[in-house]
Amino acid sequence: MKSLFEHGPSLRTRLLLALIVAGALMFLDHRLQTMQPVRSFLSTATAPVQYLAVLPEEVMDRLVYLATTRSALREDNQRLRDELLGLQMAVQRLNFLENENARLRQLLGSEVRAASRRMAAEVVSVATDPFSHQVVINKGYQSGVYEGQPVLDNRGIVGQVVSVARNTARVLLISDQSHAISLRAERNDIRVIAQGTGSLTQLELNFIPHSAELQEGDVLVSSGLGGVFPEGYPVAEINLINRDERLQYAQVFVTPYAQLDRVRTLLLLWPANAQEQPIFEEDMEASEVNDVG
Amino acid sequence: MWVKSGLLPLLFSYLLALVLTIMPIPSVLEPWRPDWVSLVLLYWLIAIPHRVGFGTVLVMGLLTDILMGSTFGIYAIALVVMAYPALRHFQRIRNYSLTQQLIIVAVLILMKRVIVYELEHVLNDAVFNLPYLYPVLSSAIIWPWLFLILRRYRRRYLIR
Repeated sequence: MKSLFEHGPSLRTRLLLALIVAGALMFLDHRLQTMQPVRSFLSTATAPVQYLAVLPEEVMDRLVYLATTRSALREDNQRLRDELLGLQMAVQRLNFLENENARLRQLLGSEVRAASRRMAAEVVSVATDPFSHQVVINKGYQSGVYEGQPVLDNRGIVGQVVSVARNTARVLLISDQSHAISLRAERNDIRVIAQGTGSLTQLELNFIPHSAELQEGDVLVSSGLGGVFPEGYPVAEINLINRDERLQYAQVFVTPYAQLDRVRTLLLLWPANAQEQPIFEEDMEASEVNDVG
Repeated sequence: MWVKSGLLPLLFSYLLALVLTIMPIPSVLEPWRPDWVSLVLLYWLIAIPHRVGFGTVLVMGLLTDILMGSTFGIYAIALVVMAYPALRHFQRIRNYSLTQQLIIVAVLILMKRVIVYELEHVLNDAVFNLPYLYPVLSSAIIWPWLFLILRRYRRRYLIR
């Protein structure tokens, strides 16, 4: 067997070399931010690992689906039909209200809100690093996903896209310690900023004066300020206010509506003013056909 | 082209470690997820140090960085620093009993996680929370089994 010390530089030299390489990469990435293309390329290259990681779960789901009985499916179908009927009725009313709202806004001379486009995406992996709450989704720039895009689930805002590869994109959750989102209380329009705490079920509101008219149970919706998140989507509910006068500001903790710990299917949103467009799979196929033809 | 014996099984073990690192698991178990990449690397560093060195560790660290979405180089630096004592003392660690190895592995992984935290703290203002250190315990507990499995794996596929 060859011994470690027979040839080549000593162990300490090699340690130093490895540290220098890693340190240089860190400097390039963090200080100069020049690694984005490399990062995008490597994310595309490591995407198979991420798909491999969810494979067992998908196989399991598939097996469960295959094992569902006909009657269970029928019941499910019936339930979904009822639900659809209810939702359709709600949508009729919503359409009417939207039209009325647009008319009223026109009368007031303010801009009419255009509808936003959306696309469903599946979560393929979660970053387990407790210092960064991120998930990876199975749509990338091939589907028109762009950096800074808002991401929702069926209950509320989940986060925003921070980096995009070909078929995957990375979503920073609102609970990440480095993420803050501008909100407004639905009841009285007080503007607040909710910062992630590193806990999936709790955000903290920054710089709230003791006299602020907030109550436990207040609903906070996105304010639309800051330009990333569209206005009016539910985000969180206040669950604890500590008005300890010894502290400079009141401590306010809120619970996000989105179930950040069990996100599975997410909704990508293209706000009306975004330059990017969603590219659906049918379009992709169609464009390929066109290319051939 | 001349390929060293057992290259594919070796690469497969790395791939498995990476997959296990990002595999979704129930949120109750989430904080206890063992540090697979560190464990597998430590085993190979101790078992075949003439073959697995800082180069491998660096590449694995950068891949982890990509998969975790952290700043490039954070995991790479932590893993390289963790690999140094293992490479320096592999002959001694090899001959320890499994219990002694377990303690050393725990200390090394603790060191790695502390470095990752410190770097994240300096670069991205991370805040410390205790559950971040739970994997030190779970990794230490899982080490003897992993050691035995990987030893059998190494002998079975003639990785040397």
